[in-house]
Amino acid sequence: MSVKFGLLALFVDGPKYGYQLRTEFETRTGGTWPVNVGQVYTTLERLDRDALVAAQGANTEGRTIYAITDAGRSALDEWFSTPVTDVDRPRNELAIKLLMAATTPGVDVATVVQRQRTESLRMMRDYNGLRRAANEADDVAGVLLLDSVIFALEGEVRWLDHVESTVLRRGGRLAVPARTRQATRPAAEPVKTGKPGQATKRTAEEDAR
Amino acid sequence: MTRQPVLSFAGVSRVYRSGETQVHALNDLTLEVAAGELVAVMGPSGSGKSTLLAIGGGLDLPTAGQVRVQGVALEGLSATALAGLRRDLIGYVFQDFNLVSGLTAAENVALPRELAGMSVRAARAEALAALSEVGLEGEADRFPDQLSGGQQQRVAVARALIGQRRLLLADEPTGALDSATGQAVLELIRSRVDAGAAGVLVTHEARFASWADRIVFLRDGRMVDTTGEPDRAEQLLAS
Repeated sequence: MSVKFGLLALFVDGPKYGYQLRTEFETRTGGTWPVNVGQVYTTLERLDRDALVAAQGANTEGRTIYAITDAGRSALDEWFSTPVTDVDRPRNELAIKLLMAATTPGVDVATVVQRQRTESLRMMRDYNGLRRAANEADDVAGVLLLDSVIFALEGEVRWLDHVESTVLRRGGRLAVPARTRQATRPAAEPVKTGKPGQATKRTAEEDAR
Repeated sequence: MTRQPVLSFAGVSRVYRSGETQVHALNDLTLEVAAGELVAVMGPSGSGKSTLLAIGGGLDLPTAGQVRVQGVALEGLSATALAGLRRDLIGYVFQDFNLVSGLTAAENVALPRELAGMSVRAARAEALAALSEVGLEGEADRFPDQLSGGQQQRVAVARALIGQRRLLLADEPTGALDSATGQAVLELIRSRVDAGAAGVLVTHEARFASWADRIVFLRDGRMVDTTGEPDRAEQLLAS
């Protein structure tokens, strides 16, 4: 999604040919997301097919030049004006890992948190070193991108501190919600409050949901 | 580490006793900080961070183990020799600045040099140069209560840096400051370390810890983890 609109945005300041897009995309995103030529041409074909760009003929070297269309400008305006929502983002592996660690017997949550905190701070330290060495006047895109990574890592470390204090306050483990506990209880092991058959039936119903 | 450490802890423990109760503020800690290296110390409250700084700065002595500054073992020194070493080699920056309210910015910064026997005129000249280094050349004759929090902390940094201090110890130096001012103070500490001092920074803020070359984590007086030294930039960019 972001490559498609990222490439479309490059047409705002004038018509361009395919290879030019690759270089400009990498320059404007600080070189962090390299795109291969194949990906650029495939995306360009899709933009052309969807009438967001249109071929304007060839330049002197025989390369096809494309320009953004009115529909393309509208689509781009919408992209810029629409915030990124949770469903657009990949699943947060760290959050899943920590939540599972906090609810799985035999896992030392403090150790899991500390290992992650060390790694996150190690990365923060290294990116901060790059940030300090970067020349903001020459490469403002690269600097802003490094800032983005550093701010995200800072948020991650703050969240890790919060997880640690929350879990430790609860004795080192989070309780699994009651409904989930019943669902995961082996069928042969009855719950204390009901008959074995009832427990088994409830578990099956839970599984079906 | 191949460089000669400016600060070294070898098996250092510090036990506080209160009646029958013993508290291990530091427990068998070994750590070296070299010239040109900034080490950040993180950990929860009561993990031993401030004790580490106090012992590293000769303000407190270990119950066991050895602390050396520039190769000199602190525990064998007389009180006078220890005070002299602190004054000449070690600069402290505290969260609450610790400026003397009845002295101007320049007088606060000049104080350690005057205590070391330097003439008032020469000490003032060094203080003005140090204040200029932290961007406060125009505020030299103001008193602490006439300065903003950020300016007061920069005076404290200038005082910590004056002379040939080889070891800079900072205890939450950004704690009372807004984000931008805190960053400016970190830049000063970092630049002094880059110029050859050794630095230890106690902080609970990841953003500021990430200015260090190495981050160590304390818990219950023990070092439980460390980031190690920085990766090479090429490896980072390739990842």
